[in-house]
Order: sequence, then structure tokens, then C-alpha cells
Amino acid sequence: MSEAPVVEARSLEKRFGGLVAVDEYDLRLERGDLVGLIGPNGAGKTTAYNLLTGVLKPSAGRISLSGRDMTGAAPYLMARAGLARTFQNIRLFSDLSVVENVMCGGHTRLAASTVATMLQLPSFWRAEERLRQTSQEIVERIGLAELAGQRAGDLSYGDQRRVEIGRALAGQPQVLLLDEPAAGLNPSETRDLVSFIRQMNEESGIAVLVVEHDMHLVMDLCKRIQVLNRGKLIAEGTPEEVQGDAAVIEAYLGAGRKERAHA
Amino acid sequence: MSTSHETPPVKLDARVTLPRSGFVAAILTVLIASAAVFAAQQGLSSYVVTLLALLFINAALAVSLTLTNGLTGLFSLGHPAFMTVGAYVAAILTFPVTRKGTMLPGLPEWLAATQLSILPALLIAGAAGGLLALFVGWAVLRLKGHYLAVATLGLIIVVQGLANNWDGITRGGAGLSGLPRLVDVWWAFGFLVLVVAFTWRLKFSSLGRSMMAVRENELAAQCSGINPARLKILAFVIGAVLAAVGGALLAHLVSVITPKTYSVLLAFNLVVMVVIGGSGSIFGALLAAAAITILSEALRPVEESVGLYGLSQVIVAVCLIIVLRLRPSGLFGSGEPGLVRRLYSGRRDA
Ligand SMILES: Nc1ncnc2c1ncn2[C@@H]1O[C@H](COP(=O)(O)OP(=O)(O)OP(=O)(O)O)[C@@H](O)[C@H]1O
Ligand SMILES: [Mg+2]
Repeated sequence: MSEAPVVEARSLEKRFGGLVAVDEYDLRLERGDLVGLIGPNGAGKTTAYNLLTGVLKPSAGRISLSGRDMTGAAPYLMARAGLARTFQNIRLFSDLSVVENVMCGGHTRLAASTVATMLQLPSFWRAEERLRQTSQEIVERIGLAELAGQRAGDLSYGDQRRVEIGRALAGQPQVLLLDEPAAGLNPSETRDLVSFIRQMNEESGIAVLVVEHDMHLVMDLCKRIQVLNRGKLIAEGTPEEVQGDAAVIEAYLGAGRKERAHA
Repeated sequence: MSTSHETPPVKLDARVTLPRSGFVAAILTVLIASAAVFAAQQGLSSYVVTLLALLFINAALAVSLTLTNGLTGLFSLGHPAFMTVGAYVAAILTFPVTRKGTMLPGLPEWLAATQLSILPALLIAGAAGGLLALFVGWAVLRLKGHYLAVATLGLIIVVQGLANNWDGITRGGAGLSGLPRLVDVWWAFGFLVLVVAFTWRLKFSSLGRSMMAVRENELAAQCSGINPARLKILAFVIGAVLAAVGGALLAHLVSVITPKTYSVLLAFNLVVMVVIGGSGSIFGALLAAAAITILSEALRPVEESVGLYGLSQVIVAVCLIIVLRLRPSGLFGSGEPGLVRRLYSGRRDA
């Protein structure tokens, strides 16, 4: 038998009152996968992320990480099991510096125990130094070395998105869920982002799931794409397959038509 | 990713491991302050020296509340409750055996026969405060929202009521007077140094950073693997332990404790110190605590001569409003002033 998939979700469902925001959602991510999740506004992409990361409890369905059943587990346990994410609306620790944000991401993995911290034992100083060094390296990798000591809340939009990715990487995750990482970035920043994601995925084998409205980006970056519409998966396959799928075209054109009607 | 930023590069020194220079600066500061305390003890009236002790304990209490409310972003008003518990526990333990039997008939025999010196009494007082906080925190902190403020406010009332009515052990409303005066300015000073050093080291550790992460964005902290409930309870309990010890110290400084000694008003004053100093700023809390303590003492004769009791309270409230208008995040925000930070951490971004 082969290795268990790093993420496996089966028939996830989320209801908000009468609204079924996510319905029968399935996901299987293996090590090294790079998958796109697309769909019109309100399709349920962020809700699916919230289910996968434990932020919302599924109304039905199961989630397992590396073969371990994690259905209903709290977000911090999901994170400790190797699942990291970024947020559509950036959520940084604004008052902390860039490197401190990244250090927080590495806290669970690298920090000394509470007792060692309170007693300031040598193990505390060693752990703290390792955490700082690792975080410093990540800050360099995301290209923010010069801004390491800056307050994260004062950074530009694009840089804040980088910090979110850096913080996620500090936990050395097996899976990274990115929610619209290119939103608000200019074209050159977007190019940097794409090559960064690709490099990270290839070098360390982190499985990546990307929600993104920029179709060029998704089609260019991802090997496999899922399409969500009104909470339901309507297609899954290679970029070419998905682009030619009648249901997908209908969903996007339909949404487009509605948007135009609203405008 | 490549960058093209216009900001001048910030020099980061990744080599510094143990902030030795910070440690040396801290030791020097303590030595100089000790010399000042010694000089004060020799040269000033005992009234002023007691006042100084009071100031030290108040500052320590404000800093301990900074740990709970400032670093972790909780809104606890519970300090007076934990101080009262700590003070009574310690007082019962240090009270002379010869007088205990008649004054406190409700004490179990083994307690009535026990008389401890101040240090073990303080430790037990701290443990009692911590246990109470653990219980309250466990019940309340897992809930979302602002239940903590309400619950801790209620806790003050409950503890006061208990002290008022549990006659056999607390002597009710009259309180316990004539406590052995076991605390002098050096105890107060030592406590302040300990609390500041502890809080400072916590703030600049991964644990403290994670507490601040919870304050800044709880959901993001949680999705980064941090368990907010655990850190909140931890911060609440540590604050309560320090408050209980502080309450016990104060009682043995002024040698009396009544149910009303530590009231809701004190909770207000302590919260104001934290807010004026800047939530999470240790230096700010120290400064604000000193200023407010001195102000209220200085105004006391004025209040008495004019008959305007509560004047200092009004002024404290006005100061709060002014600071909040001009600097909504307090004097120093959640950070420490750059100079202080560099001096005691040995690095810019400690
Ligand atoms: N907490 C909530 N309570 C009630 N309804 C919600 C909640 N969160 C999301 N929804 C609804 O669920 C649906 C899916 O929303 P979701 O945010 O997952 O969409 P999305 O695909 O991420 O859209 P976008 O591309 O605009 O980010 C929407 O109709 C939204 O209004
Ligand atoms: Mg979304």
C-alpha cells in the first residue's frame, strides 16, 4: 500500500441555516501536489478552507491528515498535524514585526516548553535562538530581509501577503492552503509569487491548494484543478480538461451574465 | 521572491544569542535602584518610605496586569479579588498563634496552631490565587466574548462577600488588624524587580510572542498551531498569582486587611495604569503606576482640607480620557520605548 494522502476530505458539507455553502466536497492531496480550487464568487471556496482547517465544523463528512482522522478537530490541532493556511482577508499579528510574525508560526514546532521558558533554562535560550535563526531564513526566502524588524501592519499589501506565507511555512507544514494569494498584487509581484509557490512545492514537496480568481495564474501554476459552484464540485481535472468542460463554462458564463445584470 | 523597497535596510544582528549586555544593564539598574532605596530608607521619614513601598507594589501589580490584559488581550478586572484572597491566606498563616485562637475561632486546629514566616505565607497565598484563577479561567475563558470582565467583576463581589461573612476565619467586616508588620520597602522592591524581570523575559520569549499573537489575531494564531485557550488561562493564572502575592505583601506592609481594602475602585485604577501606559508595555505600566500613586498621595491632603473626597479619582479618570483622546493605544502602545528595549534586550528587535 502506498503512503496515505496528506489530506483527504470526503463528502464535506456545511450548512448555514438553509444555505448549503459546501456540499459533498471531496479532496485528496498527495505529497508534492499542486492543485487549484476555482469557482465564482460565493461558490464556497473559503468555506471549504475553513472546514479543512477546522475553523468551521463540517455539518457532515470526514477529514483525515496523513491517514489520521481529524474530523472536528480544533484549528490549532489541524495546524500541528501539518496543515497551514493563509487568509483571503489578510490576518497578520499587525503589532508584531515581520520576523516575529514568522516566529509565531514556528512556535509550536520550535519553542521551548512553558516550564523551560518560565525558568529561563538553557534549553529555552537554545530553542529561542533556533527559532530566530529559522525564522530569519524564512524572512530572507520570502524576500523581506530588509523589512524583518518592521511592524507587520505597516507593510504594503503585497508584502503582508508574503509574511502570511512565511508564517505558514515556519510551521514546516505538509500542506499549504492559499486563499487568493495574488489578490491585490501587481503583475510583477504576482510573477514572483507564482515562481515562489512553484519552487516551494518542488523543493520541499509541500502539497499546495490554491484558491485564486486569476485564471492565467491558476492554469499556469496548477497540475490539477477543482471547480466549485454553489458549494458543489462540478469538475476536476487538468487545466485543459477543466477549461473545455461544459458545466464549468456554464457556471462562469452564468455567473458572468448575472454580474453584468447586477452592474 | 525579489524585492525592490525604498526603505533603508535595517541592520539585523542574528549573532546575539544571550542578550548579555541587556543582562548587565538590568543588574546595574537594580543595583543603582537598590542604592536609591537604601538612601531613601536612611534619609527620609518612615511615612515616605512606606509610600515608596506602596508605589513599588502598585507598580508590580500594574505590570502583572499588563501580562494578563496587555500581552494576551484579555480584559480581567479580577486583581482585587486575587489580592484579597492572597492577603487573607497569608494573614491567617502569619498571625501569631497566641492570638489566633480567640480572634479566629473558626480556624481548624492545625491552622490555628500554625504560624509561618512571610516567605512561605506569600508562596501559599500565590498558589491560592492561582488555583482560584485556574478555576475561574477554566470556566470562563473558553467562552468567546467579554465574559471575563463580567465574571471577574463578579468575583470581586463574591470574594468580598465571603470575607465579610465568614466570621470565624476572617473576622467579618472588621477585618484582620494588627498583622505582624513583616514587609518593608525591601520586600516591595524585591517583588517589583521579580515581577518586572519575569514579565520582561516572558514578553520577549516565544511564549509571550504567542500570547501577543492571540491578542493580535486569535484565529490566525490558532491556525498557526497556537492554542489560545491554554495561553489565556496561563496568562490569567500568572497574573492572579502575582496579584495574590502583591495583596499579601500590601497587607503585611500596612498590617491590616479588611474585605473592602481591595475594591472595584482598585481594579479600575490598575486597568487605567495599564491602558495609559499602553496595553502590553511594561515600561508604560511602571510609569503610569508611579504617576498615579504619587498623584493620589499628593492630592490626599488637598482632598482632606477642602473636603473634596474622590478628587484624585476624578483626576485619574480625566487623565485616562486625555490619554485616550491623544494616544488611543496608550503612551507606548504595546511596545517598549526604543531606548529601554535596546538597553535591556541587547538587540533592536528582541
Ligand atoms: N459564517 C457564515 N454564515 C453564513 N453564511 C456564510 C458564512 N460564511 C460564508 N457564508 C456564505 O456561504 C457562501 C460561500 O461563501 P464563501 O466565502 O465560501 O465563498 P467563496 O467561494 O470563498 O467566495 P469569494 O470568491 O467571494 O471569496 C456564500 O453565499 C456566503 O454568503
Ligand atoms: Mg473566498
